Amino acid sequence: MSKVPADLKYTKTHEWLRTLADGTIEVGITDHAQHALGDLVFVEVPETGRAVKAGEPCAVVESVKAASDVYSPVTGEVIAGNSALANTPETVNTDSYGGGWLMRVRPAAGGPATELLTPAQYEKLQQEEGD
Amino acid sequence: MAFIPHTPADVEAMLAAIGVKSIEDLFDEIPANLRVKSLAGIPDELNEMQIGRLMSERARTDGRPLCFIGAGAYEHHIPAAVWAITTRGEFYSAYTPYQAEASQGTLQLIYEYQTMIASLTGMEVSNASVYDGASAVAEASLMAVRANRKSKSQRILVPTTLHPHYRKVAVATAGNQGLRFEEVPYSSGEGVIATASLAKYEGEDITAIVIQQPNFFGRLEDVDALTDWAHARGIFVIAVVNPTSLALLKPPGSWGTRGADIAVGDGQPLGVPLSSGGPYFGFMTTRMEYVRQMPGRIVGRTVDLNGRQGFTLTLQAREQHIRRAKATSNICTNQGLLMTAATIYMSLMGPQGLERVAAASHARTRELVTALTRMKGVRLAFQGPSFHESVVLLDRPVAPVLKSLANRGILGGLDLAEFYPELGPALLICATETKTTADIDSYVAALGEALQSARAA
Repeated sequence: MSKVPADLKYTKTHEWLRTLADGTIEVGITDHAQHALGDLVFVEVPETGRAVKAGEPCAVVESVKAASDVYSPVTGEVIAGNSALANTPETVNTDSYGGGWLMRVRPAAGGPATELLTPAQYEKLQQEEGD
Repeated sequence: MAFIPHTPADVEAMLAAIGVKSIEDLFDEIPANLRVKSLAGIPDELNEMQIGRLMSERARTDGRPLCFIGAGAYEHHIPAAVWAITTRGEFYSAYTPYQAEASQGTLQLIYEYQTMIASLTGMEVSNASVYDGASAVAEASLMAVRANRKSKSQRILVPTTLHPHYRKVAVATAGNQGLRFEEVPYSSGEGVIATASLAKYEGEDITAIVIQQPNFFGRLEDVDALTDWAHARGIFVIAVVNPTSLALLKPPGSWGTRGADIAVGDGQPLGVPLSSGGPYFGFMTTRMEYVRQMPGRIVGRTVDLNGRQGFTLTLQAREQHIRRAKATSNICTNQGLLMTAATIYMSLMGPQGLERVAAASHARTRELVTALTRMKGVRLAFQGPSFHESVVLLDRPVAPVLKSLANRGILGGLDLAEFYPELGPALLICATETKTTADIDSYVAALGEALQSARAA
């Protein structure tokens, strides 16, 4: 069973969200997702200042067997991409909820968000997908 | 010999298993009015003996004309060993091999090809080739849109000094994918990109500029200044180069301060015969930082479990069999056989051999131009340095003159009327190392007669 920290929110497409003190949102992929992808060899994060829409592909995680899009869970502006991952993509494997974060977004006020899951709901989703 | 392994009984069994009566029934979803009833106009089949005879009869009608046409495809001497080796059974496949354990020889050859092309262009990484120079330009434009992440406009500047067919193919391939190709005019006296016309793009979001060197007229562009101009404005530089010319000219990896971002071209001059226009192959190179945006196959060198050197396809996660609709391209195949010939050609010629071919081609073209422009009614269209092609202007329409030369067994060049009508009667000519002084004398004599007889008539 993969790790599902209790203080985060999740999406059906296996992203996690952490609301930071300043109201911005940190986004990454879950432990379950990194495990399914296998060893990551490349991570492409969005440019700072890019406007993203909820449900829009905004990053790419590439492993030795597949390249997958990461979808923005909210509409807003990218205020940081984790550029350290360019040289150390494996951090997403080893620390998916910490150093493996992909981007920070300032959500637009009242902007749409994709359907978010609680930790319990996400655990259930994993079970349904056969983790 | 039957190439379809299924016997009528096999077909019956398969149809029965899915519950249909005939193969025709498999197509019943296609409305009848959309279906082609018969292959009208297609002649009946011929057997091997008949087709062999027909083709050799047709080949005889080609004759052995003296060819002074370049315009993207160049007649160079191909050492006999090139195709003797290329057509060995071990190499004789059009495709990149997926099965590394069964294909080490082919994979190593592609790896060597990539190394040679990267070294020739001065770029960091090469793919295993694409269809041809024109499709390489289209793919490079699409790649620039992905790789130049600061630009959102998808606007590509294409100077009219880029091969007209390349411009057409780029628009046909990428025009429906949101890319906008905007033409930049050439300077009428010099036949190079009119740099003054670039001023209007100041402050605008442009994704890339395509720079052909030598350009379609054979002229040399000021690639250093153009590259630096583009980079200062966040514009990607797509270089389109003739591989033979790179033995003498500055490689795109060294253009300006930073070098070109993507360099492509047609590989035909490297050991591929003219063959009425194809098949040829295109080459494509870039900087390492953009390698994941580059379409096509890439072969990498690695070690096996026992630490021995081995070769395998790499970075495949970008490709269509894994990334489906989001692949870097939906043309991931390469021109395996032509690329094989080019690799063998390059290894036989070596850097010195290629340099001699380039220098001889340059010298022959100068010799031809000097001789022609001495004649009454012929003058040079553009002033300034060129590689192995030039445009000359005649004092009368080009087409009848070319016809008259063809009757004397000489293909006298490409009539530019269709592509650059504003030039008037303009003829693009080329002489490679295959042409002797006697050949050039024959051209001059034939042209003299053609012009004379027209004058008399």
